[in-house]
Amino acid sequence: MILIGERVNAGFKDIKNAIVNKDGDVIKEWARKQADANASYIDVNLGTASNKPEALCWMIEMIQEEVDVPISIDNNKPNMLKEAMQVCKKPPLVNSTTAAEEKMNQLFPIVAEHGASIIGLVMDESGSPTNADKRVENAGKIIEKAMEFGLSPDQIFLDPIVMPLKFMQEQAKEILSAANQFQLFSDPPCHIVCGLTNISNDAIHTLLINRIFMAMMIANGCDAVICNVLDEELVNTILTAELIMNKSIYADSYIEAFRKK
Amino acid sequence: MDIPDVKEKWTSKINTVTIGATKEQGGTRGKTVTVGGASTLPFINFEGEIPNKPVIAGFISDVVPDWPEIILNGIGKEVNSPVEWAQKNVEQFGADLLSIKMIGADPAGKNKAPEECARVIEQVLKAVDVPIIIWGCGDDEKDNHILPECSQVAKGENCLIGSAKESNYMTIVAICKADKHKIISEAPVDINIAKQVNILLQDAGFDLNDVIMFQTTAALGYGFDYVFTIIERCRIVGLKGDNLMAAPQICDVAGETYRVKEAVQDDDILTGWGKLEKRGPMWEAACAEGYFQAGADILIMAHPAAIKSVKKTIHISM
Repeated sequence: MILIGERVNAGFKDIKNAIVNKDGDVIKEWARKQADANASYIDVNLGTASNKPEALCWMIEMIQEEVDVPISIDNNKPNMLKEAMQVCKKPPLVNSTTAAEEKMNQLFPIVAEHGASIIGLVMDESGSPTNADKRVENAGKIIEKAMEFGLSPDQIFLDPIVMPLKFMQEQAKEILSAANQFQLFSDPPCHIVCGLTNISNDAIHTLLINRIFMAMMIANGCDAVICNVLDEELVNTILTAELIMNKSIYADSYIEAFRKK
Repeated sequence: MDIPDVKEKWTSKINTVTIGATKEQGGTRGKTVTVGGASTLPFINFEGEIPNKPVIAGFISDVVPDWPEIILNGIGKEVNSPVEWAQKNVEQFGADLLSIKMIGADPAGKNKAPEECARVIEQVLKAVDVPIIIWGCGDDEKDNHILPECSQVAKGENCLIGSAKESNYMTIVAICKADKHKIISEAPVDINIAKQVNILLQDAGFDLNDVIMFQTTAALGYGFDYVFTIIERCRIVGLKGDNLMAAPQICDVAGETYRVKEAVQDDDILTGWGKLEKRGPMWEAACAEGYFQAGADILIMAHPAAIKSVKKTIHISM
């Protein structure tokens, strides 16, 4: 499972303050904690703290001073991305494009040039899809366009767009069905990613909902997730679901082995 | 229309393990042997690199193994002396390294003392300059006495010591760390236990880059396909990035082949099967070539005709 640590995000107050006050220690601390929890990427999100490329580059540099985990750049503005890409030591993951023609034409060349990967949200100009079919249709558009720019399936992370269970209960089933169909586009398939925490938005039993939905997503081909990688029970759920799907080989100490990695 | 590129893309590679230590490295070997490092399946050269070809470890034992006369004659009278047998393996059969099994220490057999085993190791190390693999007799309790003695007299030679199982891994880790040897991790045709043993070795502070996996070996016709599948699957998950399963693998082809009727009985009993003199080594070679295709990196072999044939395949195909 490709674990994308969500914590260096200006939506969190401590990160926002750190960006405003240029306090690198806070950023580094969260980078370290997530790297120690085996994050495969560290997502970097400026939020509303700044709109300057320098701020984004500074965050990336702070993280890279502390850990050598690749970066997931949570930004879709070409000018910001171009600069941020320059400071990334390892090929980053761009988070994200939509299936809108204009957006893809802007972002795919940048991704291709840097050998990076990109998350494709399966929404288009008309907004978020409300059923599986529309999600699959948009995923098809993303893959087709990505191929035109020479990207390979393993550079594409399809995101079926997770919606809150509490407010859009009928959507979860559509999302799972869409993820399942994403696997059929190519062999080997593209990655399938989800922004997990959305599912439990504003609910009380957030952790439980996250874990159960995660397991169900894995059963439908999901192999990457933007989540709280420090939630041990969530990660244990992921490890176990992957065993059940025969994605990794069982050993009695599979959980302990992961923690010691 | 373009033909689609169907090449498999692997994200990782098999660990590279070197056995033996030269004078500069603290040992007395004339050469070292390196296995592993592949970033693709065997023979599939166009999907990745195979920097090190599989190697053949010449089988020797402290006492003459319980094999048919015809097979022993094929090897030569040197089987009566581990030292001469070792020399013949290296000088005439072209073995890349040696594998010594302490059959004579088996409590159910001659029950030789650990000191006697250690003496054999000492003599073999003096007689040849290739790296060596040291096995106990297969009895866990006895091996806990034999292996420390053998390990100690080979200190610094960077031998490969077998084998660590769930039941005895602590002892093996301790001696290999102390005397600077590498470890064979063993599981009884069980991929889940294979992974678990590696986790235990890692937990005990042993670097998995210094481990060779042994799934045990089945002779052709006696569960060969089970072992083949496990070796292949380990190789595939290793290439996919499971670091716990990325160790190179070893097969004891000779030790298993000359236990099955097809490689033991002559045509007076197996009517129509042809002469054992030829059939025995053919059985050994066919078994070895099969495991070679599965992804084995070290093949323990005994009969010169079988070794010659498998060496030829390795040479031509990789």
